[in-house]
Amino acid sequence: MTSLAQWQKADVILNALKTKRIAVVGLSSNELRASHFVGYYLKRNGYEVIPVNPREDTIFGLPCYGSIADVPGDIDVVDVFRDPSAVPEIAEQAVAKQARYMWLQFGVISPKGVEIAEAGGVDCIVDRCIKIEHARYMGRMHWLGFNTEQISGKRKPA
Amino acid sequence: MTDSPEFHGFHTRSVHAGARPDPATGSRAFPIHQTTSYVFEDSEAAAAYFNLQEYGNTYSRIMNPTVAAFEERVANLEGAVGGVAFASGLAAQSAALFTLLEPGDHVVASSALYGGTVTQFKHYLRKLSVELDFVDPEDIDSWQSAVKDNTKLFFGETIGNPSGAILDIEALANVAHAADIPLMIDNTFATPYLCRPLEFGADIVVHSATKFMGGHGTSIGGVVVESGEFDWSNGRFPVIAEPSPAYHGLKFHETFGTFGYLMKLRSETLRDLGAAMSPFNAFLIAQGIETLPLRMRQHVANAEAIAAYLKSSSKVTAVHYAGLAEGRQQELAQKYLPKGTGAVFCFDLPGGRDAGITLIEHLNLFSHLANVGDAKSLVIHPATTTHRQLNDTELSAAGIGPGTIRVSIGIEDANDLIADLDYGLSKL
Repeated sequence: MTSLAQWQKADVILNALKTKRIAVVGLSSNELRASHFVGYYLKRNGYEVIPVNPREDTIFGLPCYGSIADVPGDIDVVDVFRDPSAVPEIAEQAVAKQARYMWLQFGVISPKGVEIAEAGGVDCIVDRCIKIEHARYMGRMHWLGFNTEQISGKRKPA
Repeated sequence: MTDSPEFHGFHTRSVHAGARPDPATGSRAFPIHQTTSYVFEDSEAAAAYFNLQEYGNTYSRIMNPTVAAFEERVANLEGAVGGVAFASGLAAQSAALFTLLEPGDHVVASSALYGGTVTQFKHYLRKLSVELDFVDPEDIDSWQSAVKDNTKLFFGETIGNPSGAILDIEALANVAHAADIPLMIDNTFATPYLCRPLEFGADIVVHSATKFMGGHGTSIGGVVVESGEFDWSNGRFPVIAEPSPAYHGLKFHETFGTFGYLMKLRSETLRDLGAAMSPFNAFLIAQGIETLPLRMRQHVANAEAIAAYLKSSSKVTAVHYAGLAEGRQQELAQKYLPKGTGAVFCFDLPGGRDAGITLIEHLNLFSHLANVGDAKSLVIHPATTTHRQLNDTELSAAGIGPGTIRVSIGIEDANDLIADLDYGLSKL
């Protein structure tokens, strides 16, 4: 499992977080699901969130798309909350869409999907939570006593 | 920014972890946020904080930025995903237990524990209708055979108080995990400088931060940290994995993943039991941690010198310092505590209670009090203080003789401490 570290590098994560349009695949309208927590958090923190879920019409008042292929316009990050078996097809669509990153959430581990994405020029982040990583580098994770692993004597902008 | 070096040293992290310069003011020391509550940006922010959708401050019983700096510092040094602070070590421990236990559950604990923990476990767990078995910490098979269908936790101390016995953390973690049970370790006596139990497979670490972390005997406090690696959804812990009635049906482990246990510990247990750490105590203890590695080196060097002196004294019958142990305990010391076995230990005087009282009354540098882990050297005679209610037979069962003396060696000059003890022993 330690081999996943190559898809968890800080510079790739930071660059993915410095983008704008994030399609959340498997976003649930159920407020108690992890995907809803993450989608809401991303929207609140200024990202353009694009819900992707064939079983929903709208989430957060935004139109929900059936697949990545259906999403109009460019996508910066394809954030995946799906069973690992669904990832290869999502990866193919991410490549076709020329998405910049495919971000696989905790437990969404698909070596085949990552291979397809990378072969098509899409950088991957695997087994990490985009909300946690945003909160670690740019947000307020430290307010609740979590270990951001950030060691610095520099003043950050307020 | 991304090609700058990363800083991993223990001393560096002791000084910096959890406390970057304040972005609002530039304060280099972290501010003491002496406030009960926090103004919300707007109604949506307030809702997001209470729903745990955004990391936000609401009320200082549940979180406080100064306390958070302390929590992150300890979590970082222990190699944990996060920490939650409490008003005392025992408050931290009770909250850590309360979060994962339900009536009818069962706990297996080492029989060589701090007296306050023994009392808490025996009486408090019984009141919660939780079963408890104490087992010989060195007999790994006894832990294995104590496991029942309702067992939810193994608990032990890195260095037993006051016995000094070192726990085989890795062996216990293996037994616990084979049974889908977490291992919780009290790491107070070792501190993360001497031992990091999570690196040996422990899942939860608790501390009395009152002791070596704060280091100056000023502030009572405690903290719980967790590895984030235990699978709380393994079927054995519906209290964490299933929808929580205390938080509108939230599934803590599924929703927060590696943060699930700690989120529940904070947003339910700390919220409801309420034993929050004060911001001022957090400031003092986190400041103490800045010098933790420096102090621990001196504590250990002094303790080793004094243990050697006492061992050579004709007035002392036995010295129970793990650093002097032989055989299996010596192997465990080398594995888990290569930098030293701490600075709290006991020794025995042949003259019973009278000898204990005489020695303590003739010490002029050691302070006679009920604490450990201060920069100042401390001494206590358990038979006439902490264990006063016990007769000699009961004392013996607790591993304490009528002439047993417990010392917590400070960071003064070893020669002065030895001179003080030498004078006191000369009066016996």
